[in-house]
Amino acid sequence: MKLERPHKLLIGLGAVALILLGRLFSIQILDDRYKEDASNNSMVYEVIYPTRGIIYDRKGEILVGNKVAYDILVTPREVQAFDTVLLAASLDISVDLIREKMADYQRRRRAIGYQSQVLLRHIPAETYMRFAEVQYKFPGFRGQVRSIRDYPINAGGNLLGYVSEVDAAYLKKHPGEYRSGDYAGKTGIEAVREEELRGEKGYHIYLRNSRNQIESPYKDGEMDKEAIPGRDIVTTIDARLQQYGQELMQNKVGSIVAIEPKTGEILSMVSSPGIDVNMLADIGRYYDQIQKDPYRPMFNRTVQGYYPPGSVFKLVNGLIGLEEGVLEPWYQYPCSKGYNYSKKAKLGCHAHKSPIDLEEAVMMSCNAYFCYVLRNVLENKKFDSIGEALDHWNEMVRSFGFGHKLGSDFPSELGGSIPSSKTYNRAYGKGAWKFPTIVSISIGQGEVTVTPLQIANLAAIVANRGYYYIPHIIRESEGVPLDERFKERQYTMVDTSHFSKVVPGMWRAVNSGFGSGGTASIAAVPGLDICGKTGTAQNPRGADNSVFICFAPMDDPKIAVAAYIENAGFGATWAAPIASLMVEQYLTGEISRPELEKRVRDGNLMNRVKKD
Amino acid sequence: MDNRFKGRSMRQSYDWGLVIIYLLLVFIGWANIYASVHSAEPSSIFDLSVRSGMQFIWMMSAFGLGALILLVIPPRLWESASLPLYLIVLALLVVVIFVSKDVKGSHSWFEFGPVKFQPAEVSKITTSLVLALLMSQVNFKISKPRDFLLAAAVIGLPMLVIVAESETGSALVYVGFIFVLYREGMSGWVLLLLGMAILLFILTLTASPYASILVAIGVISFCNALNTGRLWRWLAIFGSYLLVMALLPWGLQALCGWLVPAAMPGDDPDMVKEVLPEVSHWVFLLKIKPIHLLLLSIAAALPFVARRAYREKNHFLSLSVGALLVAVALVFSTEFLFEKVLQDHQRSRIEVLLGMKEDPTGVGYNVAQSKIAIGSGGFLGKGYLHGTQTTYGFVPEQSTDFIFCTVGEEWGFLGCAVVILLYVFLIARIIRDAERSREHFTRIYGYCVASCLFMHLFINIGMTIGLMPVIGIPLPLMSYGGSSLWAFTVLLFIFIVLDHEERKYF
Repeated sequence: MKLERPHKLLIGLGAVALILLGRLFSIQILDDRYKEDASNNSMVYEVIYPTRGIIYDRKGEILVGNKVAYDILVTPREVQAFDTVLLAASLDISVDLIREKMADYQRRRRAIGYQSQVLLRHIPAETYMRFAEVQYKFPGFRGQVRSIRDYPINAGGNLLGYVSEVDAAYLKKHPGEYRSGDYAGKTGIEAVREEELRGEKGYHIYLRNSRNQIESPYKDGEMDKEAIPGRDIVTTIDARLQQYGQELMQNKVGSIVAIEPKTGEILSMVSSPGIDVNMLADIGRYYDQIQKDPYRPMFNRTVQGYYPPGSVFKLVNGLIGLEEGVLEPWYQYPCSKGYNYSKKAKLGCHAHKSPIDLEEAVMMSCNAYFCYVLRNVLENKKFDSIGEALDHWNEMVRSFGFGHKLGSDFPSELGGSIPSSKTYNRAYGKGAWKFPTIVSISIGQGEVTVTPLQIANLAAIVANRGYYYIPHIIRESEGVPLDERFKERQYTMVDTSHFSKVVPGMWRAVNSGFGSGGTASIAAVPGLDICGKTGTAQNPRGADNSVFICFAPMDDPKIAVAAYIENAGFGATWAAPIASLMVEQYLTGEISRPELEKRVRDGNLMNRVKKD
Repeated sequence: MDNRFKGRSMRQSYDWGLVIIYLLLVFIGWANIYASVHSAEPSSIFDLSVRSGMQFIWMMSAFGLGALILLVIPPRLWESASLPLYLIVLALLVVVIFVSKDVKGSHSWFEFGPVKFQPAEVSKITTSLVLALLMSQVNFKISKPRDFLLAAAVIGLPMLVIVAESETGSALVYVGFIFVLYREGMSGWVLLLLGMAILLFILTLTASPYASILVAIGVISFCNALNTGRLWRWLAIFGSYLLVMALLPWGLQALCGWLVPAAMPGDDPDMVKEVLPEVSHWVFLLKIKPIHLLLLSIAAALPFVARRAYREKNHFLSLSVGALLVAVALVFSTEFLFEKVLQDHQRSRIEVLLGMKEDPTGVGYNVAQSKIAIGSGGFLGKGYLHGTQTTYGFVPEQSTDFIFCTVGEEWGFLGCAVVILLYVFLIARIIRDAERSREHFTRIYGYCVASCLFMHLFINIGMTIGLMPVIGIPLPLMSYGGSSLWAFTVLLFIFIVLDHEERKYF
């Protein structure tokens, strides 16, 4: 027994040595956690911010660029007693602000340690230069260059969107991509194209000691990473046209959308009142003001506004009638200032000659004519019920891009609504409604709601004689491919041969001259062959909305425009001149009708608009 | 095979192996002390203003001491002078409590101007010497209660005084002398009981007294079954008993949930009675805790077991009954010991070690940083003087108690293994030499030295890698500090000279 004990003790010694070695093996070789912790302990990453990508218009003009601003940083530990008044004067701030900040740093001195704090953000270069001259008097204070957004042209504030510092909610939504203090695009193109625009952050690694002081570059900078600048984005926007549209829309509430029909590229997209680009650059300061504005400048009416299309919708009903075979261009219907849809009720119309055919009905925008058309569509014998007929109609209308989102690359697009049998069954009960009940959809009123983008797209469809490309705002450029969906023609359910039957009516509406009965003679520009359709949409909240869609030139359309002006009255009074000026500006680059332009620019319709 | 038969020259008769390992460890320690005070602005290893320079002085003086012991001081003196030395040191240990300054709560340092001296370090040597003297007496038999108590007193006296100095860590080293007693014939069951006491202590703190007592019953009854060889019977009786008892807490909870819905065991019965009058006759169930039933079952069974042990004169069984009672007592006094006897910092160190408390900035900081430094070393380490954690001072106390971190970070697993193996060789070689010795005094002293080294090694390295609570004791021969280096040099060289003295006679 006794002889064995030394051996037992030696075995015990060996066992303990093995336990120690086993544990060492596990923490030194198996477990990588400690290596990471060690790097976190001893390495400081100095982040290098990349410059954000530039946003260009379709002609290469810079819509959004970058400019240099300075942040003033303080390292509270290094600050010595200083002349507060001189510092405040050189930085253009109040003495109290400095005192307040320094008191705050004093309270948080443990948390801050040797780190730097941001005293001021984004001060302009001139102010910084003034500070730099006296900087030697303020140890612990220094400037840091920062690149911020710059807007050379006041065009497309709503489209471009703004960039601001990420908040806690944003960090949570994009885990691992951002750190507090980073900037990110929050709305518009800045948000949609954030991934391309932001670039990649770089860093310099330094070693620090346990008192948080920098000792030396890590591995002589071998592991450092340079920042990769963000990719540039080319938009389809024409900066000059956009700017011109904004000028025309000043003091008016509404939208202008211009599309290149051949490609679906959005040439301009004006939502008025909009956000001035100067506000975008310093969104933090103006955010509250923008939020409180009763006209809601952040609200992008072009894709989010729900409106009745009014008479421009007659084009859709006419085309469906042609496709269904219940209408031929030579069909004539009478109009005695309206359409009597029951013994007592009448849907009114303005005075014009009677009877008229399809071309004249489009040209003069006759309400009665399209009531007859839609009645024939919905009371077609080939359907068992009006419900079935309406659902078929609904399907055809949807093929024009109505009643659903178009799928553009613009954020927060809405889809509008097109009624179906379900809509009316719910409202009146099944079988309890007939054509007279829903007659108002013949002329684009009632349950039909659309966005300005959708009616601009309608103009593009007619311009193309039967198809459209999904409207989009980003162009293909190096490293930024265009989604395949934007390259496919989207055909409507109406045969392309029928479109040429309504186009002459649209041409005559504009180009027949005053007194002919054409509704949009004011939009005519000699030589441009503008084809258009007016609309006057009833607005339950006030005066009628003025609507106009057009494209030009008739035979080789280069631009399709929709103008939708809230509470502006007849389509011909405001929307038609505005759209016409846009077309002229785009096609010729100059305006031949300065009086009209002046009238439009000076027009102030704001007092007609009910505030939200 | 042994050089003692071959000649008597000095080269052969001293155990030069021990000296070489000693020198290796001291120099490795010195190099690592330099690394741990090394910073971005390096100074010379001999610079006296930094610790590596001072350590060089301590080393030279320690070598001088070693030479003195080997060549000048008559080896027989150690045996004859051991008792007076022991008493002097004991007196110093007591005196230091009253005259020393408070260093982080402990009163263990004498200060004479720049020279500081910790008698607790020397006490290891004198205790070893007296223990060897006592146990090498011809008529000493550890199985005799009187002799056992005497040996225990020799160990326990300085230990108690050191606890009174608030140097509990250093006192813990004395527990290692139990291996010496074991080598000299103490029953192995004592070791087992000690191990079990530690296990129960930890179990009670981390799990519950209930689990702890259940484990005690299981282990003690299993040992009995091993003793009698009736393992199947044990499995049938205790296996089912333990299973039932293990499930009891859940069973009780389910029963309460069924009979007294909406109440849980431990809810205040009076309150439940008020709220739920319709189930009031079952409310007594809420007062019953599993541990009551467990203790009841022990109280019911134990008299029968004790009577049988008495009738059958089964000493093992009687001792088992006693052991169980002690275990139960220990479990219930654990909380008291933990809350009242231990000091705050000791308690929180144990809590951090057992994972009962997360504290990465306070007590846990040392261990967390130490593990990070060692863990980041990988297999080959970051290279000498290239450790980021070491160079930039993330580990507190790195040149003293946490010197092993430097080895771990800069030399990696390989370096750690070399250092640990050197210590294992050292201890094993001491044990080998001790076993060869014909003199009991030398053998027992050798075991004392081996035990001290072993306890320091295990506690210190265990602490740096989170296996042991933070106990501030140095790594022998490697940690910075004159007191510690001198003490271990003297401790080891007395053994070398005793070993040599013996070899001279052959």
